[in-house]
Amino acid sequence: MDPFADTLQRLREAFRSGQTQAADFRAMQLKGLGRFLRENKQLLQDALAQDLHKSAFESEVSEIRISQGEVNLALKNLRAWMKDEKVPRNLATQLDSAFIRKEPFGLVLIIVPWNYPLNLTLVPLVGALAAGNCVVLKPSEISKNMEKVLAEVLPRYLDQSCFAVVLGGPEETQQLLENKFDYIFFTGSPRVGKIIMAAAAKHLTPVTLELGGKNPCYVDDDCDPQTVANRVVWFRCFNTGQTCVAPDYVLCSRETQERLLPTMQSAITRFYGEDPKSSPDLGRIIGEKQFRRLQGLLGCGHVAIGGQSDESERYIAPTVLVDVQETEPVMQEEIFGPILPIVNVRSLDEAVDFITRREKPLALYAFSNNSQVIKRVLTGTSSGGFCGNDGFMHMTLTTLPFGGVGASGMGRYHGKFSFDTFSHHRACLLRAPGMEKIYAIRYPPYSPRNQRLLLAAMETRSCSCTLL
Amino acid sequence: MDRKVQRARAAFRSGRSRPLQFRLQQLEALRRMVQERERDILQAIGADLCKSEFNAYSQEVISILGEIDHVLEKLPKWVTPKPAEKNLLTMLDEAYVHSEPLGVVLIIGAWNYPFVLTIQPLIGAIAAGNAVIIKPSEVSENTAKIVSKLLPQYLDQDLYVVINGGVKETTELLRQRFDHILYTGNTAVGKIVMEAAAKHLTPVTLELGGKSPCYIDKDCDLDIACRRITWGKYMNCGQTCIAPDYILCEPSLQSQIVQKIKETVKEFYGENVKESPDYERIINLHHFKRIINLLEGQKIAYGGETDEATCYIAPTILTDVDPEAKVMQEEIFGPILPVVPVKNADEAIKFINDHEKPLAFYIFSHNNKLIRRMIDETSSGGVTGNDVIMHFTLSSLPFGGVGSSGIGAYHGKHSFDTFSHQRSCLLKSLKREGINKLRYPPNSQSKVDWAKFLILKRFNKGKLCLLMLTVLGIVAAVLVKAGYY
Repeated sequence: MDPFADTLQRLREAFRSGQTQAADFRAMQLKGLGRFLRENKQLLQDALAQDLHKSAFESEVSEIRISQGEVNLALKNLRAWMKDEKVPRNLATQLDSAFIRKEPFGLVLIIVPWNYPLNLTLVPLVGALAAGNCVVLKPSEISKNMEKVLAEVLPRYLDQSCFAVVLGGPEETQQLLENKFDYIFFTGSPRVGKIIMAAAAKHLTPVTLELGGKNPCYVDDDCDPQTVANRVVWFRCFNTGQTCVAPDYVLCSRETQERLLPTMQSAITRFYGEDPKSSPDLGRIIGEKQFRRLQGLLGCGHVAIGGQSDESERYIAPTVLVDVQETEPVMQEEIFGPILPIVNVRSLDEAVDFITRREKPLALYAFSNNSQVIKRVLTGTSSGGFCGNDGFMHMTLTTLPFGGVGASGMGRYHGKFSFDTFSHHRACLLRAPGMEKIYAIRYPPYSPRNQRLLLAAMETRSCSCTLL
Repeated sequence: MDRKVQRARAAFRSGRSRPLQFRLQQLEALRRMVQERERDILQAIGADLCKSEFNAYSQEVISILGEIDHVLEKLPKWVTPKPAEKNLLTMLDEAYVHSEPLGVVLIIGAWNYPFVLTIQPLIGAIAAGNAVIIKPSEVSENTAKIVSKLLPQYLDQDLYVVINGGVKETTELLRQRFDHILYTGNTAVGKIVMEAAAKHLTPVTLELGGKSPCYIDKDCDLDIACRRITWGKYMNCGQTCIAPDYILCEPSLQSQIVQKIKETVKEFYGENVKESPDYERIINLHHFKRIINLLEGQKIAYGGETDEATCYIAPTILTDVDPEAKVMQEEIFGPILPVVPVKNADEAIKFINDHEKPLAFYIFSHNNKLIRRMIDETSSGGVTGNDVIMHFTLSSLPFGGVGSSGIGAYHGKHSFDTFSHQRSCLLKSLKREGINKLRYPPNSQSKVDWAKFLILKRFNKGKLCLLMLTVLGIVAAVLVKAGYY
């Protein structure tokens, strides 16, 4: 017995009824999301604090405000985004109406991870609802407190005939995936991404996979070490390192490493105090399993800064490791914690080579005063996104598409890109009446005369003009 | 095979497929190939599908030439990074989206339009700077042979490689890792391709099929509708993924439709269709048998003649077709046109929505409101109103399916986008670290308020904004220094 069959049937019927098509309905759903965020701010902050020891600042900036911004953006632009997009015509279609119609896919499944459980729920949800889909949301069971809020409070703000939350772990998710969806949006690890795509293949369901990897951070000799240290440390330790786009490891020369270490220590002390454990601005690791994995990584290379951990609190100190080998675990898996290994390279070329030997990451960072160096790293590599001289600031711009490439993912979203991702772009050509005598050129029986006429028509305009 | 793919990857890694000049040169070479070897290409296509040279030219070669010319003209613009609108926080930075090649792309062609369905994706893949492995359909073996012979004579031999073979070789090929796979073919194999792609997290574009419905409204120019439907249906002997598969109309229209199509067939192919040089044949015996099987138990209003020796099936129309009949259960891909009577447009809409989303939807009507309503209330890969096939020919329209008719789209710039990674780039400077102090811990509520303002407000370039930012920056730096934060 499929426990989800009834829920999915209900949502499918709601979609069939056409109720999600109207702009007013979609706007109402989006306004509901806005109210959910405004009326439950304390509840949401508490849940984030309980799950991840997230500070009020981080909750505001990286979860609540970002989500609110996306809701507002969608509300403001909904009608413009929904409009049919006119396209340039060729000679044969000059008098016709040619446009791309954005249509909802139908039933969308959004699978959310635990690290930014509010943001990574709401931002895709905004796109899916704005595009007119019905949505099944599967929050992460690991961020238990947020899971509860999403399951119990969020549905009250949305039309529940078009929206459902399903709960469970890997087993339930596997069962859920046996059903057919019209789109699946998944954020999580590459390993699970493969499972999701394989399940989607059985139903030919299109997917967006926001995965991860090891995001390299190249630091050039020509830079200001304190500024670099501030930026790298902050982005590494934000959300206790549990960010898919966090700088995962540093590539720099030995000399630069020596300049960076004291500045990194200085940054850590300034940000989190002498005893980072007691700083309210440093979070905790989400769970036992993840904590133990990170604790294990502390044994790689040598600890240059930090290295402390406390199991009772799932606390890992902001740590910098040096003398790490490529084969060690800390350089083999995505760290997802406040640990920053430094790998030495002797030149820019060696750094680029190091990066391109590995899987394409979700984000790539390069720090240098020399814009040529930045450009060289950019052009010599590939990644989901890139930021020169800072951390994941590129994510705050909704006008930049956010997504991976290769093992770090496929597809993209944020802002209008979300709306487009959750829409089928339907090509529409509505032919003007008349003109049949002209179109008769395409009909058999064919003769050399037809061919000559056809070619003449082709030559009058050098554009894609076929099957006249 | 493994070696060929590895060689293509090494060639890609060398970076030579990236410069714009190189891509343009290769596309120009491809154009020369099509023009200089036109005869050979047309003959190959003709041998595979019993197609006249004129048909092969107008259905396949023209599309390719048009596409190459279009890409040659637009590519310099497409490769230019696209600036992105910035917010206050990123005001002084460079923000843009840069299209990059994905790497090694696999294109699996189909047999029904064996040249265009292999070469048109190739154009996009080259334009986007990739290396390409091309796997033409083994069913259209003459075209596969000619493509495999000609491409290395004109294009870079390491970057663009043709691999031939059947199911076994294709399965082997799919075990390799690619950076994108574009497959044209049927739904069943589409699933296999996607499953294989999932193992490597390879994105896919699947151009599949289905039963494309054609609704004929009683308020339409029936003469023209029937001429156009005849053209689109019997072209390539019905073996077109976007052919109108079946007709939906009110029962009273059936006999007129049959009459008019009958007349048009005579006009197009003469009294003896079998002798018309413009009428093709079914690709092989397997499909021939499959198609005539669909005629079982049906009311043949016109046509129905077959000749196994030549895989000939006459243009055929079936009337009063039962939706449960065999002919309504699978994509026909042959010259049989079932007419399914429905009471009205509402019933037609319901019928369409009760079935899998098709690759194309056609509607003939004078009533624009009805056309719009039918588009609003159904879904399909694409639509042509008051004609058939034509949305395929406008490359500014994305060509692709939805649901079981496919994933993704291509043609024109859509090919370029499909075969590129659009990488978001933000370039900041190491200066103005002062303002960043707002974001660093230890934190406070006022920092939050500042952050909110800076992230959420959006501006474009403008002197006033620059001035504002400078002022804000100074104020912020001063406040930070003064210890307010």
